[in-house]
Amino acid sequence: MKAETTAASYPRFLWRMFINAFDGTWKFYVWMFALTAIALVGANAWAHQVVDGMTRTNMSDHVSWGLYIANFTFCVGLAAGAVMMVIPAYLYDDKEMLNVVIIGELLAIASIFMCLLFIVVDMGRPDRLWHAMPVVGRFNWPMSMLTWDILALNGYLLINLHITGYLIYSRYRGHKPNKRWYLPFVFLSIGWAISIHTVTAFLYSGLGGRPFWNSALLAPRFLASAFVTGPAFIILLLQVVRRLTDYPIGERPIRTLTYVLRITIVINLFMLASELFTMFYTGGSHLASAKYLFFGLHGHSELVPWAWASLFLNIGALALLFVHQRTRDTKWLNIACVGAFIGVWIEKGMGLILPGFIPSTLHEMVTYKPSLTEWKITLGIWAAGLMILTIALKLALPVLTEKVRAASADAEPADATAEE
Amino acid sequence: MKRRVALKVVGATLGAAAFARALAPLAQLRDDANMDEFLQKNYRELTEEQVGDVIARLQADARKKYGRDDITIKDPHAIEGVEFGYALNLSMCIGCRRCAEACHKENNHDRKTNNSYIRVLEMKQGSMDMGQGNADYDHPVPQKGKYYMPVQCQQCDNAPCVKVCPVQATWKEPDGVVVVDYNWCIGCRYCMAACPYHARRFNWKKPEIPADEINPNQGLLSNRVRPQGVVEKCTFCLHRTRNGQLPACLEACPTGARVFGNLLDPKSDIRWVLENKRVFVLKEELGTRPRFFYFFDV
Repeated sequence: MKAETTAASYPRFLWRMFINAFDGTWKFYVWMFALTAIALVGANAWAHQVVDGMTRTNMSDHVSWGLYIANFTFCVGLAAGAVMMVIPAYLYDDKEMLNVVIIGELLAIASIFMCLLFIVVDMGRPDRLWHAMPVVGRFNWPMSMLTWDILALNGYLLINLHITGYLIYSRYRGHKPNKRWYLPFVFLSIGWAISIHTVTAFLYSGLGGRPFWNSALLAPRFLASAFVTGPAFIILLLQVVRRLTDYPIGERPIRTLTYVLRITIVINLFMLASELFTMFYTGGSHLASAKYLFFGLHGHSELVPWAWASLFLNIGALALLFVHQRTRDTKWLNIACVGAFIGVWIEKGMGLILPGFIPSTLHEMVTYKPSLTEWKITLGIWAAGLMILTIALKLALPVLTEKVRAASADAEPADATAEE
Repeated sequence: MKRRVALKVVGATLGAAAFARALAPLAQLRDDANMDEFLQKNYRELTEEQVGDVIARLQADARKKYGRDDITIKDPHAIEGVEFGYALNLSMCIGCRRCAEACHKENNHDRKTNNSYIRVLEMKQGSMDMGQGNADYDHPVPQKGKYYMPVQCQQCDNAPCVKVCPVQATWKEPDGVVVVDYNWCIGCRYCMAACPYHARRFNWKKPEIPADEINPNQGLLSNRVRPQGVVEKCTFCLHRTRNGQLPACLEACPTGARVFGNLLDPKSDIRWVLENKRVFVLKEELGTRPRFFYFFDV
């Protein structure tokens, strides 16, 4: 059989992917239906917010960033962590790990979409988004760290779309992927993953007026916690994929990720301890935010239960990982992953953003609790992110296991199996 | 198989309908939508003529909306050889907050939120720690054992807000005033996070001001009624000060605690204060280089 040209096969490939995205078992439909419903509730809340203004949120001139930016920060970490977990795979040339790299990259894509959505819903004037584009707008690069973040996040999205798209399309056509076309990008994306989270940390740590953020340790802490959430999420995701599909996922990747997780939780806690020591032992007015976070300040203690919950979740997750090491019971591992994920979500989300604003720069105590609109939009974006992830996996895995392939690919089966 | 296809078509149709329904509130924006405004360039890229068009449009809109033909929007430029500076005598300030009130009226602030670019801190005698201060005091002033410190935009020469703005919607004018292009700001509020003096305000909704309370003397880059979703700030009342008037907060001050003038004019009051009083700036350690100075008289 004569192989088709790319020009002919690519549109057909896209069409088949499109069809596959909407085809599945009843479980798939129920899952997607539920996510769509939540996402639409979020979209509706956002539409109202655009019309009525950000007054629908509970943010104020004192606490001018809230739940959206908290989730944005966390999702950047998730996106970075998803790809940084491939470092061991390439460093130690772990073949089994390479199989799951693509899953990490798909997670990164979904997370970046969430990041971009969280930024858009936080904007007072989403209609002026084009002002923040290079060339057409007026891009304050290199002065504004936010412009660096725009470049880093979008670049990261493109790199990962390229890698996953290329691998899936090659496999679909039954070609052996040409290493030249993806391996350099994989290494680029690993470096880039570190950069997106560093730049996001610099966004906060560069502000001299906010002592709680103005710490050189913030970027390393961000990376450490990203190394917690990325592996934690992927350990859970791999088990789901293994249960629902016949994509080959061995024990090795999960074991490697568990090793990584065990170390990174410790590093993350250590850095938190260093930060807290410096603040509390030094004392003075720079302590105010940390005091508000952990003990309450001037009669305000809204964040105290959250802060301690986060700390105990992180420590508890670490303890459970050691229980898991003894008993080899996956149950403990899974609970640990969920705990660490939520622990970091609090620590790096609301636990980081809000104390930056409370007390304010004039030391006023104005507190903040997200409004219903903010929760709806936030849940909606998470639902949208999970939809993107689900569809991405649903498209990719059947192609990678060669259940979906171009008609011409049957002519050259030897190549396809020889890959990796 | 056919039933499956039919179900999918029904599902897709319902999904699309639900999506349209969810975003339906956006249709209300159609009345306000304006292509000229959408495509308007950054203020600093506009020609003199284009600025004229923008002002004409905004002025017509404002006159129509409030039914007042006396609303005029002007765009006074920085005057050659003038750099503004402001000083405040903490020994004289009694914390009456008349400056904040004057700012509220002069700058067409939203009435319900009682917004103002000035916050007055009631400070404890013997302490410069704002942590000991209180901006929400509600009792006769001045209180014994307290002094009062009004804080507004310090018009920093090394302004963190200007540095962080991703779209250059805010910048420093030649006379030292930091302004915002309300038609260019994307409302990301990074500048608010960056400002160490709580000088910036955000329009969480459309400002509401009764037509008869509107200040009709408006500046394009200062006190014209701001759109929803953008950041605003003190401009040293540039629509007044660039025309030889004094800032509204200074005129309202009953004690004469406020001194304003041209830093480049050796005979100005502000220069006299800087040369003869022991002045200081807020949060000097941050390196923001404010143009707003404080001093004690005794």
